[in-house]
Amino acid sequence: MVKLLLPGLLISSLALTAAYAAGEPNADAYRQMTYGDRDANPALLVVDRGEELFKEKRGPKSVSMEECDFGLGKGVVKGVYAELPRYFKDTDQVQDLESRMITCMTTVQGFDAADLKKKTYANEKANEDNTELEAIAVYIASQSDGMKINPSTSHPKEQEAIKVGEALFYHRAGPLDFACVSCHGADKQRIRLQNLGNFSKAGPDAQKAIGGWPTYRVSHNAVRTMQHRIWDCEGQMRLPDTEYGAPLSVALIAYLAAQAKDGTYVLPGMSR
Amino acid sequence: MKKSLLAALALAGLAGMAWAADDDKAIQALVEQYISTGYQQGEKQHLERLKQDETLKTCSETRNKPSNDQMKAIMEREKATIKYPEGNKMLGNWEKGKEVFNTGFGMRVGVIAPDKADKPRGGNCYACHTGDPKEVAAGNIGNSLTGYGKARGSSEETVKYTYEKIFNSQTYMACSNMPRFGHNGVLTPEQIADVVAFLVDPASPVNK
Repeated sequence: MVKLLLPGLLISSLALTAAYAAGEPNADAYRQMTYGDRDANPALLVVDRGEELFKEKRGPKSVSMEECDFGLGKGVVKGVYAELPRYFKDTDQVQDLESRMITCMTTVQGFDAADLKKKTYANEKANEDNTELEAIAVYIASQSDGMKINPSTSHPKEQEAIKVGEALFYHRAGPLDFACVSCHGADKQRIRLQNLGNFSKAGPDAQKAIGGWPTYRVSHNAVRTMQHRIWDCEGQMRLPDTEYGAPLSVALIAYLAAQAKDGTYVLPGMSR
Repeated sequence: MKKSLLAALALAGLAGMAWAADDDKAIQALVEQYISTGYQQGEKQHLERLKQDETLKTCSETRNKPSNDQMKAIMEREKATIKYPEGNKMLGNWEKGKEVFNTGFGMRVGVIAPDKADKPRGGNCYACHTGDPKEVAAGNIGNSLTGYGKARGSSEETVKYTYEKIFNSQTYMACSNMPRFGHNGVLTPEQIADVVAFLVDPASPVNK
């Protein structure tokens, strides 16, 4: 179904690109037309696959991920993503969904962390299917569809993570001297035709972005998670590959989720 | 009583400031720690890219709002880094400059999706600036450069300023968002001279 859908998207995208060439540089209406139908979101197939992987007894210990605690108790998936990142007592760390998945898959299922992190993201240039990690993440996240973005902020370590994330947001480095704020620090900015949210302030921009991730990225023909989003941004800044689920990415995600508080999750998302 | 209240308030204020400074230090220490563990390790990752120079340190700490003294220090330091093309030829070929202006550069590192090291680099200028008004997909983070040469002419002074601005943007604006293209080795002095020509040459589409 995914393969059938794409030629159609490409044709409509070409037609609309031509139509837009004459008007203001803005692709919002095109995106609404192309991605407006939630039931046609190819991510739904990946969500189903993620659910199977989540419930299957897997790993050296042959245990299902239903034995894991994502913050609201063992086996609970409904609403957990809406309150992440949060502090977990057993790891004494603030964790986002994906770092918590690694904890679960290593401690409960017995997988090796280094093995799990060998292949975190599908390579869109090789037209690969989503990885297991991506599928499981979008399944769990989608169980918070329609809920308020409400990351936990009561624990001092959660507050600390948000502050470190904010400082990292302004941290400039690399051959282009960029920080996150270079592109995401003012209203209504664009890189080429791509709108850029202003995440230096709390409110609608952050709510819209965070509320729609994980998302099916049409240009990648794959579902993408927040860990991938951070990795991709760092790559655009010409910095090294981020370490999957490390405190650096978790702190940035904690900051962004705090800026997005009180928005609504519409999951899985669909975007360029 | 009023006096003692004021004194108490002042003391509380000072204590608050001291606490905030300690807090900032603790957060900054965590920033350094998270950066050291936040990226994959290995030669292909070019971890040296994570190291900040004095200028980026100041810009990060002040969130791109340096004090007047810091501004002066940055601009002096950055001006001293500028290197000029052979024979001081800062006005190149506008058609070549157009390529540099419109080409996304390489320079991605790592093991997941690196660029080939020998991939020709561009400046990707149009990602942020309008140049040729016919390019509708230009971004808007930087100011529009359409009509740049028409408005400023192509005097020796304009050419030199434009070259220096692209080579090291912070020479003229401390903590500018714009990359220091020459200083950081993204573009060669010759490529920068070509972009200067694209901006000031009357025959360039920028000035049509």
